[in-house]
Amino acid sequence: MADTLSGVGVSPGVGAGPALRLVRAVPEPPSGERHDGDVAAEAARAADALERTAEELAERGARAGGEAEEVLSAQALMARDPALADDVRRRVEEGTSAARAVFDAFTVYRDMLAAAGGYLAARVADLDDVRDRAVARLLGVPVPGVPESAEPFVLVADDLAPADTATLDPGRVLALVTAEGGPTSHTAILARALGLPAVVACPGARAVTDGTTLLVDGAGGTVTVDPAPELVERSRERAAARAAAVAASVGPGRTADGHPVPLLANIGGPKDVPAALENGAEGVGLYRTEFLFLDRADAPGHEEQVAAYRAVLEAFPGAKVVVRTLDAGADKPLAFLPPSAGEPNPALGERGVRMMRLFPEVLETQLAALAEAARDTAAELRVMAPMVTDEADAAWFAEAAAKAGIEGAGVMIEVPAAAIRAAHIAATAGFFSVGTNDLTQYTCAADREVGALGRFQDPWQPAVLDLVAMAAQAADAAGRECGVCGEAAADPVLACVLTGLGVTSLSMGAGALPAVRAALSRVTLQECRAAASAARAARDAEGAGRAARDHLPGLAELGF
Amino acid sequence: MAERRVKVESEVGLHARPAALFVGAAAKAGGDVTVAKGDGSPVSAKSILAVMSLDVRHGDEIVINAESEELLDELAAIANAG
Repeated sequence: MADTLSGVGVSPGVGAGPALRLVRAVPEPPSGERHDGDVAAEAARAADALERTAEELAERGARAGGEAEEVLSAQALMARDPALADDVRRRVEEGTSAARAVFDAFTVYRDMLAAAGGYLAARVADLDDVRDRAVARLLGVPVPGVPESAEPFVLVADDLAPADTATLDPGRVLALVTAEGGPTSHTAILARALGLPAVVACPGARAVTDGTTLLVDGAGGTVTVDPAPELVERSRERAAARAAAVAASVGPGRTADGHPVPLLANIGGPKDVPAALENGAEGVGLYRTEFLFLDRADAPGHEEQVAAYRAVLEAFPGAKVVVRTLDAGADKPLAFLPPSAGEPNPALGERGVRMMRLFPEVLETQLAALAEAARDTAAELRVMAPMVTDEADAAWFAEAAAKAGIEGAGVMIEVPAAAIRAAHIAATAGFFSVGTNDLTQYTCAADREVGALGRFQDPWQPAVLDLVAMAAQAADAAGRECGVCGEAAADPVLACVLTGLGVTSLSMGAGALPAVRAALSRVTLQECRAAASAARAARDAEGAGRAARDHLPGLAELGF
Repeated sequence: MAERRVKVESEVGLHARPAALFVGAAAKAGGDVTVAKGDGSPVSAKSILAVMSLDVRHGDEIVINAESEELLDELAAIANAG
């Protein structure tokens, strides 16, 4: 009898294959552990583990290239550090085991960096990663990270961090299952972007061992352990039928009765443009520009920025491309934008436009590069500021954009205060784009990365729907557009509800576009409005989803 | 041994890329190479962890000791770039 584990399906599709676990924790070698007396052999083991770790990091860096290479080669230098090596040797000579000696030697520097705060404290994670890799080799346990396997596998993890995704090969992964995480977790976002079936918030996944066959249903949110071959076959057929219906939906986004809802792509750089075009994006609703700025020592120059913006604008002649200006802050520290004094709660600190108001020259450079990139391309460039709180923020940003020669600067609606006073902000903002991930996090006061708060990280929370409605109504009254560019837009049912709330365009990871297009084409605007009212009348997120589905009968045949 | 006092002009101080370049250049040289922040105690310039731990910021003064003037030129140039 096959066991079925339940979780939350966040990316549709069916995947079946052997499970492999992502290893993150490396056991700490027991304090005071001693070796058997052969100092020379033990010291050689330690030195060898450090050198092999350095080689592996340098190799991965060379493969990755760019900014990742800079981080990885710095880590290789840490593994080859002569002062560290001396310290390890001294500890081994005193009788400490190689694994514990390495662990203790790293701890000395770890404490120093952590105590220094700021930029140095942020390097502690890099140092810990080097330590864990070296210690894992000495203990003979798996090296942390996404497992490598010639055979395709189902990746099982407690949760995935952005760093894990850099090494994930989508050609080798059949599906993702995580014990933690919610619909807006990194796992969910990554899975939708790659079109991989995924189930999150599945606590049963913790007990799954490597090699166990799993059947993952990313629409139903179930994981079957050791499934019967017939069940795998049936599930695949059902998923294929839905995929065919989805693939058959082409053309611009519109409801069954012809109400247009432009479907746009969220992209993180020129590398995401091909997928956006393949999936029929009608433009770009969110161009995240952080990739240009993260993990580097100096700010990107004018020419480098112009090239990165032009590469995207050129791909969408005549279409809208909405660029979000740099969204940096205390949780994404940049070497050249020193964070202000210690922020105990970075999500509530100097991020987004707040940071830009401290370093206006960074925004000026970015806007000037955007204006130049737009001058010789045919796309319709728009810019928007993240983390706008009040009318003063919106006005400040609009003025900066106008100075660079960019008209119609808009704002993101992510802070509840901005949604509540949207009518005032609409006076100066050219358009709204609702960032439902942060809006949900701030409305429900629930950190996006805290798995235990999954219930509150759900954009179906009626309070979040109320705020989206307020923003959409205020935009409409002022003759402005109000799009949504959060993960909520990628949920086919919620996409219909957002349309009913008055949202005028939907932007999402490219992989989600066909399913949302298919969903919209099967419902009328009237049904969307009824579903939106019913969802807002519900008492909780689950009730809102149920109530909305009752008013959207056309979605049942797609299995949404 | 030769000594050089340098005011660090690199925007990020002796961190990130400048730190890696600095240590990489020192590690290639024979003999001892040390660096100190101001009048503090010198540490091995071949150790990235020791150099990072100095927490040298833009505008800080460092004192480099090495066997050749050429190496001092190279290290000073790295501390002033970026």
